[in-house]
Amino acid sequence: MQWLKTVGQYFILIKTVFTKPDRWRMFFRQLPKEMESLGVNSLGIVIIISIFIGAIMTIQTKLNTENPLLPRYSTGLVTRDTLLLEFSSTIMCLILAGKVGSNIASEIGTMRITEQIDALEIMGVNSANYLILPKILAFVILMPFLVIFSMGVGLLGGYFVAAFTDVITVSDYVYGIQYAFIPYYVTYAIVKSLVFAFIITSVAAFYGYYAYGGALEVGKASTKAVVNSSILILLFNLILTNLMLV
Amino acid sequence: MIEVCNLNKSFGNKQVLKDISAVFENGKTNLIIGRSGSGKTVLMKSIIGLHQVDCGEILYDSRDLTKMRFRDIKELRKEVGMLFQGSALFDSLTVFENVMFPLEMFSSMTKKDMMERADFCINRVNLTEAKNKYPSEISGGMQKRAAIARSISLNPKYLFCDEPNSGLDPQTSLVIDHLIKEITEEFDITTIINTHDMNSVMGIGDNIIFIHEGRKEWQGSKNDIFSCENKNLNDFVFASDLYKKIKNVNNDF
Repeated sequence: MQWLKTVGQYFILIKTVFTKPDRWRMFFRQLPKEMESLGVNSLGIVIIISIFIGAIMTIQTKLNTENPLLPRYSTGLVTRDTLLLEFSSTIMCLILAGKVGSNIASEIGTMRITEQIDALEIMGVNSANYLILPKILAFVILMPFLVIFSMGVGLLGGYFVAAFTDVITVSDYVYGIQYAFIPYYVTYAIVKSLVFAFIITSVAAFYGYYAYGGALEVGKASTKAVVNSSILILLFNLILTNLMLV
Repeated sequence: MIEVCNLNKSFGNKQVLKDISAVFENGKTNLIIGRSGSGKTVLMKSIIGLHQVDCGEILYDSRDLTKMRFRDIKELRKEVGMLFQGSALFDSLTVFENVMFPLEMFSSMTKKDMMERADFCINRVNLTEAKNKYPSEISGGMQKRAAIARSISLNPKYLFCDEPNSGLDPQTSLVIDHLIKEITEEFDITTIINTHDMNSVMGIGDNIIFIHEGRKEWQGSKNDIFSCENKNLNDFVFASDLYKKIKNVNNDF
């Protein structure tokens, strides 16, 4: 029944996090810092991964659908829909769970073991609210932008393949990525990304906040944060897809 | 003044604090001493409210912490300063920002007044030259002084120090001890210090409480220690050859 205790502890923490900040001024000072640290500083990895995956996806789709019955634009269409439906929202979030999740868990875990969280509590500060709320909100606010950015960069990666190789022509690719576009897919991706952003930040913060011991425990907390948030992302991906697409 | 009455605290089946009663006076440096694992840190954390006690009273100037609501405890904590064993300064903030933190969080002062107050606290602990440095850029002794500055920034009525000299050389320890004593007397604070350091005990022990296996075995001042007959206290205080010699010299007089 340990998992039930952990789930209960998680919800108690979330209840403490979502309370009125002790000082709004301090909250609004933290928020942009976290937006920069968690969101803006993740742009590099989003660009690199999205551009390569977009390019590779275009090549693989083309190579695996060599069939005269399939229209030439199908490569662009498949690349676009895969990026919109799965890669930019889910796979990108799994990658960010590693980067952002471990960052949050180790930061808060270190604060816990070096008694910085105790210092906040003794001052009368709601430490969970002060430390975690800006992180959750910052990432939830920025995640849709990261996802849309990833979609754009991924499509650009495919375009580069079309422009610089003989795999597909630029006109076929550009036609394909515009063909039968369903705007709802973007909405679906954004809704998923909001949920995943919440999972990544809150689960990582939970494991960091309850880390006890030394450096080893912080490392373990960080690993648990990444593993469990990844599992939850996959689980909620299934649930949301069932709810929104089926 | 802080008063604890019949304090008991257990973790599972293990009773760590056994019926402890003590008075910690204001304007004095009150020391809790005892061997490792004797329960002194648990006693301090219980007094602050970080541990919930099984039974007993903790009176902050007649206000019983054990009967307070969460909101009242939060308010009370604004009157409390604490110096942690590892300083617990916020890594991402400079010394000045660390001292400003409680002021920005809780005071209703203007920005200018806050900055003046922070400067006053930093000057009081002689740390002006390091005010713009990060905790990782200053020595352990400076970190302790920065933590003292932060803990007094809101003019606390109660100051708790958990092993303030751990990891410091004897000279720096002396500086920290005297700083704590001066601040206690200057601002008439009720200071409780948790320590193993015999130099602190002999130097600043106005009121000393000796804890042994979760029980209060002795209470008195540094001057009473030499004449005390308590075996456990004598074994603890005069464990080293140096203090045995000091005791012998003292007895000869």
